[in-house]
Amino acid sequence: MTASLTLVVLMAVLFGAGISIMLERSLTRVLIGFLLVGNAVNILIYLMSGAPGTAPILGEGLDPDEISDPLPQVFVLTSIVINLGITAFMLALVYRSWWLAQLGEKGDLVDDEAEDLEDAEEAADLIRSSAADDAAIQELLDASDEEVPR
Amino acid sequence: MIAALVPLVVLLPLLGAAAALILGRRRRAQMAVGITVLASVVVIAAVLLVAVDTSGPVAVAVGGWEAPFGIVLVVDRLSSIMLVISAIVLLVVLVYAVGQGVADRHRETPVSIFHPSYLVLSAGVFNAFIAGDLFNLFVGFEILLAASYVLLTLGGTGERIRAGVTYIVVSLVSSLFFLSAIALIYGATGTANIAQLSVRIAELPESVQLILHLLLLMAFGIKAAVFPLSFWLPDSYPTAPAPVTAVFAGLLTKVGVYAIIRTETVIFSENDVTVLLMVIGGLTMLIGILGALTQADIKRLLSFTLVSHIGYMIFGIALGGVLGFAATIYYVVHHITVQTTLFLTTGLIERFGGATSINRLAGLLKASPLLGVLFFIPALNLGGIPPFSGFLGKTGLFLAGADSANTDAAGTAWLVWAVIAAGAITSLITLYALTRFWNMAFWRGRGELEGYESVLLGSVQEAPGGDTVTASRTTPVLMVVATTALVVVTVCLTVFAGPLFDLASRAAESLTDPGVYVSLVFPGGIR
Repeated sequence: MTASLTLVVLMAVLFGAGISIMLERSLTRVLIGFLLVGNAVNILIYLMSGAPGTAPILGEGLDPDEISDPLPQVFVLTSIVINLGITAFMLALVYRSWWLAQLGEKGDLVDDEAEDLEDAEEAADLIRSSAADDAAIQELLDASDEEVPR
Repeated sequence: MIAALVPLVVLLPLLGAAAALILGRRRRAQMAVGITVLASVVVIAAVLLVAVDTSGPVAVAVGGWEAPFGIVLVVDRLSSIMLVISAIVLLVVLVYAVGQGVADRHRETPVSIFHPSYLVLSAGVFNAFIAGDLFNLFVGFEILLAASYVLLTLGGTGERIRAGVTYIVVSLVSSLFFLSAIALIYGATGTANIAQLSVRIAELPESVQLILHLLLLMAFGIKAAVFPLSFWLPDSYPTAPAPVTAVFAGLLTKVGVYAIIRTETVIFSENDVTVLLMVIGGLTMLIGILGALTQADIKRLLSFTLVSHIGYMIFGIALGGVLGFAATIYYVVHHITVQTTLFLTTGLIERFGGATSINRLAGLLKASPLLGVLFFIPALNLGGIPPFSGFLGKTGLFLAGADSANTDAAGTAWLVWAVIAAGAITSLITLYALTRFWNMAFWRGRGELEGYESVLLGSVQEAPGGDTVTASRTTPVLMVVATTALVVVTVCLTVFAGPLFDLASRAAESLTDPGVYVSLVFPGGIR
């Protein structure tokens, strides 16, 4: 089996850089590290397909010994698609995590207890004000009652 | 005819997931889709099990592309047993989740995402069980993992994100290990087809075999939560909603165990790592259960027992032979149901008692005798009390161990006896941890809760940040019915242990000869 030295070196650099970034605490860096290592693994898969050859299209009168191995390329494609999906999810997770860190546990949700408390105060105000009104009306009525007998 | 049913097992949940996503705003339609799909998978899996058991295993070349170039799906006895039990568990837990979802219309659990993710998770689990190709197995793993990321961080609260990050990063690393292992195996053998690998791996030099073998075991070991790769599990599972934790605990680790069984029996049947697996199995049992001892929170306690009981399965795989594999298969089935049941019951306890900590629960038996029964039976079962299936499974493993120790020529008899002793101790400590929870939560009176002191509570520690109390006034009938159904299934595993163990033995017989698997995928022999 022959392999391109450039690709081997590239893979090694990606692995090394990716793993060292992945060990950071920050989630964004973990994601970047994952992307680098993921690409390193993809190159590893590609390297395993052996010597490069012509495009692997059958029925064109090609000699099977001269075409490159198509299976690892299929693997790489699948793994790229999976990595894309996982990256999208990870980005959402990073954003959510950052958002929670900025706004605290409650985020922009209305605080249930505070809401209840405000409601209670409003209701109390309403009762107090209506009680005052009631008293005033009662006074007026009493006053008018007193005036009637004359 | 039977062959046509095999792809449906994966196809139906995936189509169901798409339908559920389209029906995002109609809760009832979503529920109907989910339950119909999983119920039909239960039926298909049962048909497959009967067909495979009577007329031999089935291999399907997807799209008519023959192996080794196309993807093969293989259903033998082991696969179909796993399919049936996982489909039943997934269906019951979905019913439970529907019951819970109907009860609390909570903004924390957006149900419109739950159903599609759950069905995708099912598709991934089923795909992993029928994959006849290492890369297809990887795809199955990725499907179930991607869905599990969503389910674990459902609602995106701070606590779940924190727990989810650990789980996701660990899973990503294990996926990278798996993919690298596939790449290197392909480089060494030129194939990813499991049957073809079985032949070609044996032709490699011993040292290369060992490296590839260990790399693959490491990837599966992280997924199966085997010590020392198990640290992530007790931190990430307990924060998810009860039905999600139940499914994760019951099924996801067992997919890893299943992959290890396949690795040991078919792919690396010649390469022997018995001693390593034996030691790891013993350590997983002991370390896991010692962790469970110090937990006050029942969810964390159960997560640690989950890790610990994976050790039994690894021990069974290490033993090998018909008896060893038969006991392992029976134990896997038992553990899937019992662990799921216990997590579902914990969900009920949380609703009923308003807490999951042993320090804040009391008087549950008086308040709800039914809840007591639903906890007591699976707890005794997990602890390995006769006559339950936990006892039978462990006895089977110990008998297989004693058998192999007596006929052993390699000088590892003392190791087998040591692991058997570790298994017995683990079983007793499991029983201790669960009865302690039972004593405190169920037998202690409600009035004794204030300022209660006991030696039993001396060493327990609360879950980090685990003081959230989520009591709710109602317990939906559907949740209780689902849990009861699963308890009945665990009892059935005990009552029908004879026929089930015979079935497991037949499955184990075909496992011990990799030639069966190879000639199934390549009827005309391998070029």
